[in-house]
Amino acid sequence: MDCVVTGGNVKVLAKAIHSLSRIGDELYLEPQEDGLTLRSVNSSRSAYACFLFAPLFFSRYAIPNGHGFRCKMAIKSVQAVFRSLASLEKTVEKCHIELDGDKNRLTFTLHCKHGLLKTHNLSFQDSESLQAVFDKDSSTNVLKAQPRVLADTVLNFPPSLEEVTVTVSDERVWFRNHVDQEAELSKAMLTELCLSSDEFDHFAVRAQTSVTFCLKELRGLLVFAESTGLPISMYFDEPGSPVVLSVTDSVLDGNFVLATLSDEPCVRQKNPQRAGTSPPPSDDFMNDELESCLIAMDNSMAPGPSVTEAVSAAPPRHAVSPPAKADPRRTTNSEPEEESGEEEEEEDPGRPPNKKFRSLFFGSVYPTGSPLSNRTMASQKVLASDSEDDT
Amino acid sequence: MKFRSKIIDIGCLNNFTRVVTTISKLTKTCVLRLTPDNLYFVLSGKVANGGVGMWCELSQANFFDEFQLEGVSVKANEVCLELAPENLSRALRTAQNAKAVKIKLTKKHCPCLTVAAELPTMSSMSRVVTHDIPVDVIPRRLWNDFQEPSMPDFDVSIYMPPLKIMKNVVDRMKNLSNFLVIEANMNGEMNLKIETDLVSVTTHFKDLGNPPWGGDGSQHSQGDQETMVQARVDVRKLQQFLMGQQFNPSKAMCNIVQNSILHLILLYEDVSLQYFIPAVA
Repeated sequence: MDCVVTGGNVKVLAKAIHSLSRIGDELYLEPQEDGLTLRSVNSSRSAYACFLFAPLFFSRYAIPNGHGFRCKMAIKSVQAVFRSLASLEKTVEKCHIELDGDKNRLTFTLHCKHGLLKTHNLSFQDSESLQAVFDKDSSTNVLKAQPRVLADTVLNFPPSLEEVTVTVSDERVWFRNHVDQEAELSKAMLTELCLSSDEFDHFAVRAQTSVTFCLKELRGLLVFAESTGLPISMYFDEPGSPVVLSVTDSVLDGNFVLATLSDEPCVRQKNPQRAGTSPPPSDDFMNDELESCLIAMDNSMAPGPSVTEAVSAAPPRHAVSPPAKADPRRTTNSEPEEESGEEEEEEDPGRPPNKKFRSLFFGSVYPTGSPLSNRTMASQKVLASDSEDDT
Repeated sequence: MKFRSKIIDIGCLNNFTRVVTTISKLTKTCVLRLTPDNLYFVLSGKVANGGVGMWCELSQANFFDEFQLEGVSVKANEVCLELAPENLSRALRTAQNAKAVKIKLTKKHCPCLTVAAELPTMSSMSRVVTHDIPVDVIPRRLWNDFQEPSMPDFDVSIYMPPLKIMKNVVDRMKNLSNFLVIEANMNGEMNLKIETDLVSVTTHFKDLGNPPWGGDGSQHSQGDQETMVQARVDVRKLQQFLMGQQFNPSKAMCNIVQNSILHLILLYEDVSLQYFIPAVA
């Protein structure tokens, strides 16, 4: 891989990496025919972000022939390359990203003014590619707004706020802070903001719903969108299915996929029953011949089970496909591909109750160009469920 | 019990926000007393608060364009609420360029002080943000705890040096000791001292002037005037006061009751803030 980024695009790349750093600890990097993808996912798999920089974004873009190369590395080390955005803008003229295959190093070279060269050799790990499968085009609701509109909205909420609830009607949108425990309700300040549809560039609401998702990632994307001046589109359906925030222009494409809370308390109450009554799911972990790497995670307050532990120790116990949640896509989908990874949290009485449980399922990822990849994309969709753990 | 009010003037809004933000820096929770003419932010000097007391008085007419209050009863035409001033401060800060801000008492999931701001937008419709601040309504039988503290019978009263300078001094002294001795006399002199096993540091201020409290200063003889009156206080509490204040007061005064209490008063137009720090042995 050999790419060169010049001028203002260096800052765009840097901002993208900074906003990805709000998501997870690792940066997944994959040079493809159609551009360089940078991805990140959080430890609980409830948030995923991906940037695709088209070859035209670069002044030189060459990728290795033959086998697809992909790797992951600590996002902190990549951030260090682009640490100071201010000086980056003033001094860096171009950035050269090169793969040193012999030494297994990814080299970032910053060409600064006065002939100064800064070279960062980053070690990396091979990785499975990471790809959340989502289909934003079939979303019921699409809102598009200038970053300023959303940034001004988010400013009204305290920085410590974790989740925000977005409710849409035909001509209005409400942003509310989400307080998920009754006890906190009498202590926390509730903030509600109402935006009219004409503040949006595009406002298509086909179903009046209300989704709750993490604000942190939205803030991360806003940093990017504000600096590039790109409008943010928000695609979402009913509670429980993911919200996709995206920015697009001719040479780049950024998508943030965030799990949403499945809101109804009845879902919470139904869970134990369902665990008992519903048939065991077709276990994608075990019998998926495609070796899909579905990953079920939790971000409960349990002292951090590692990824592999969570997968192996707690396969999904029950399928969540309440018929009420009619999904237009599901009708065309013969295989029961979706399930939520709801793991039973072992309740330690001495510990505070788990606040919530979240999971996002990732479609597995195939080398680009694999004939299977399209099929998976079509038949699996990312399922994000974020439901209260009943305690 | 009803309360609704409205601020339109941006200058008033800024001033009110500054007052509330100052309060929020001084205490996590306080009591807001609303009367038809005044607002009071009160922290009663209980042991739970570390003995620190606060009394801040504002005349509603100077801030509000509308102010309607229906108290608990006709006789007791007041409302007394406990709230976290940080919430109110945050709500007001998000409304700094608002066209209008309404503050009212509402009954939501719990009693709330609702701050509703009409924010300007690019579009024709304005954007409305509401903040519901949960409050506890204080029953009437407890009101006595939140009466205006009587002026202590101080031994000395003096104008304070510029608060920024005083803050710089106290900030540095805080690194050396947990306790600070503040002493002053009726001759316009004030000293800030710390004493530890290793070091003693004193900062002297002079020509500060003494406020004329009813002109009974004449009873002091020359000798009395130079006698220092002191109080040893928790340096963090003094620092908190100096750090948090956003008043830019026109007058700042300090009263000391020997080894008993430090009483600080800030005046800005007709807002007054009194702060009581107990002396420690």
